[in-house]
Amino acid sequence: MDLIENRYDLSLTRIDMNISDLQKGEKAIITSYDLDSIPLKLIEMGCIAGSVVELVQVAPLSDPLYLNINGTHLAIRKNIAQQILVEAVCGA
Amino acid sequence: MRSLIHIALIGNPNTGKTSLFNTLTGLNQHVGNYPGVTVDKKIGTSKLPNNFKAEIIDLPGTYSVHASSLDENVAVKILIDTESEYYPEVVVVVAEVENLKRNLLLFTQVQDFGFPTILVINMKDQMLKKGIQIDVDALARDLKTKVVLISSKTNEGISELKELLANYKKIQPAQSFKLNTNSVIKVASEKEQNHRDTVQRYQFINKILEKSYRVNRKEAKGLRAKLDAILMHKIWGYVIFFFILFNIFQALFSWSEYPMELIDSFFGTLSETVKNNFLPGVFTNLLAEGIIPGIGGIVIFIPQIAFLFLFLAILEETGYMSRVVFLMDKIMRKFGLSGKSVVPLISGTACAIPAIMATRNMESWKERLITILVTPFTTCAARLPVYAIIIGLVIPNDNGFLGMNNQALVLMLLYLLGFVTAIVAAYILNKVLKIKSNSHFVIEMPNYKLPLFKNIALHVLEKTKAFVFEAGKIILAISILLWVLASYGPGNDFKNATTIVTESNVNLEETTLNVKIASYKLEHSYIGTFGKLIEPAIQPLGYDWKMGIGLITSFAAREVFVGTLATIYSVGVDDEATLMEKMRKEVRADGVTPIFTFATGISLLLFYAFAMQCMSTIAIVKRETNGWKWPLIQLFGMTSFAYLVAFIAYQTLK
Repeated sequence: MDLIENRYDLSLTRIDMNISDLQKGEKAIITSYDLDSIPLKLIEMGCIAGSVVELVQVAPLSDPLYLNINGTHLAIRKNIAQQILVEAVCGA
Repeated sequence: MRSLIHIALIGNPNTGKTSLFNTLTGLNQHVGNYPGVTVDKKIGTSKLPNNFKAEIIDLPGTYSVHASSLDENVAVKILIDTESEYYPEVVVVVAEVENLKRNLLLFTQVQDFGFPTILVINMKDQMLKKGIQIDVDALARDLKTKVVLISSKTNEGISELKELLANYKKIQPAQSFKLNTNSVIKVASEKEQNHRDTVQRYQFINKILEKSYRVNRKEAKGLRAKLDAILMHKIWGYVIFFFILFNIFQALFSWSEYPMELIDSFFGTLSETVKNNFLPGVFTNLLAEGIIPGIGGIVIFIPQIAFLFLFLAILEETGYMSRVVFLMDKIMRKFGLSGKSVVPLISGTACAIPAIMATRNMESWKERLITILVTPFTTCAARLPVYAIIIGLVIPNDNGFLGMNNQALVLMLLYLLGFVTAIVAAYILNKVLKIKSNSHFVIEMPNYKLPLFKNIALHVLEKTKAFVFEAGKIILAISILLWVLASYGPGNDFKNATTIVTESNVNLEETTLNVKIASYKLEHSYIGTFGKLIEPAIQPLGYDWKMGIGLITSFAAREVFVGTLATIYSVGVDDEATLMEKMRKEVRADGVTPIFTFATGISLLLFYAFAMQCMSTIAIVKRETNGWKWPLIQLFGMTSFAYLVAFIAYQTLK
């Protein structure tokens, strides 16, 4: 199972949802991202396919977003959040 | 056998790495600069068991060995450069109980460099509260190294760590992680390689932690969520931020007032004492009029700078600063700045130098450059003495608008003007500058914690020291240069000053005569000649050659303006009331019109608000932008804008 392959698996049958579509407090699993448009630093902080992401809080004016990725709390801007696709967690 | 062991501390930000460094070294530490870059280098020594001594280097916090900022780059360079005097024999990776997974990424990367690598897991005191259990032995086995649980707060585990460090030779360099390169997918770019590497490392770490790391999530949360809800509330968040800001400013000025007065009178007295008790001569004059006031000019800023660093350190250590960045980011971005510009802009009210150094953590070069360029518009402490004397001179000390004291009101307006100009300038620069730059903004939101006194105290001490020596060198050098230029002059007028003045003022008593001579000498010194030379250029702003000298000398640092005027009008520096009286009586060449009118005063205030009258800032901008281009653009941009505004103000008001 090589998680890296998810990157190319942009299945058209599923409605693509990215991190900025999450509701406050909602959790999801990261499925893929466009490597060119997100910083390596974010990946190194644990934002990789398969990680659980929770939208903790949204700043006033709806940007940036405060996330909890695998226990790491961080904030990123919306334009980057939109590049990270997620899948809802069943039963979460 | 070598008894000095070189140790490097490396770790993610917010792991308490610097706490551990402080615990190990105490006051036996010093800060320097890495050659070529401006990142602070912290080195300290520590006694280890069996008479070993350790030299410890505290590397800047980094998330990985793939550096994305200047600070991080330095950390990695130390581990690569075998020639460096700091090349370590053993590396300590500092991790933290809660974010162990992320911390281990860096650990596995560092281990690959081939050092004996010890893993230190900090904040043991938090484990019970957060519901975390760690099987240290299993972890050590899987990572093929020694693992120590410590608490830099309670000093638990420190002696165990020291014991390990003294016996570092028993730890074999090892690689716990092996990269699987047999993947079907071809990786082309360096970023893709790093990405694959990172993903595989996380898979490896996850596997290890499944066995050795347990967390009862229910016990986790709590305080963070509650505080976040208030501090980052869409209304209360801003109210609290501005309340804190207001109180910081309030304290900054009221707390530092007393020590600043003490310092001022101390150096005044010292200068007098030297002058009266040393053998008269060039050296005594240089000491009493050049060097001592020069040093005094630096020392006087220590209280304000130290208090500012104290407040900033507290905001940073508690984790609050990240929340402010989060709250302000979108608003600041409208002006081409970043949420991370807030810290520099606040620091700028004390001094632009540390403020500009605080931009280093910004990812976007464009946002960082704009922040550097506009920060000197904020009203720094050096403008205060200039404002104080001019406001005192031209603004009536009575109540006006809303019953507020007019002088206080003008001072407040000048502060506001500084901020507004900075923001507007940023907006314009953002539109004008065609720099392509990604906005890869990532900021960690650390846990809230009570700041440790020891860390704060050492931080303030170190930052203040750095400021005094960095800026101090330049200010001192300029002070001496100015003294020389003011103490020597071309031609006979300067040489024969005593005779000329004495002959034309036969009936004066000795003290008044001496004052006249000094004033005459200054007028005919090199600097006085220069002041007269530029007079035509500054006349449209309402200034005469005497103020011209002030403008030139205050290029070293703005507050020098007051001291220079004091010398020109031949009164003691301490005697502000007398100086003001003299300035009030000054008249133009016609002998009737006073020089310091309302128009001249406002023109001067505006000139000082906008002009880049600061050598040290130019020097620091040059260093931080790696060249003369931006500091020169900044210098000419700000100063010509200041000239224009002062010109318009004077011509309209006169």
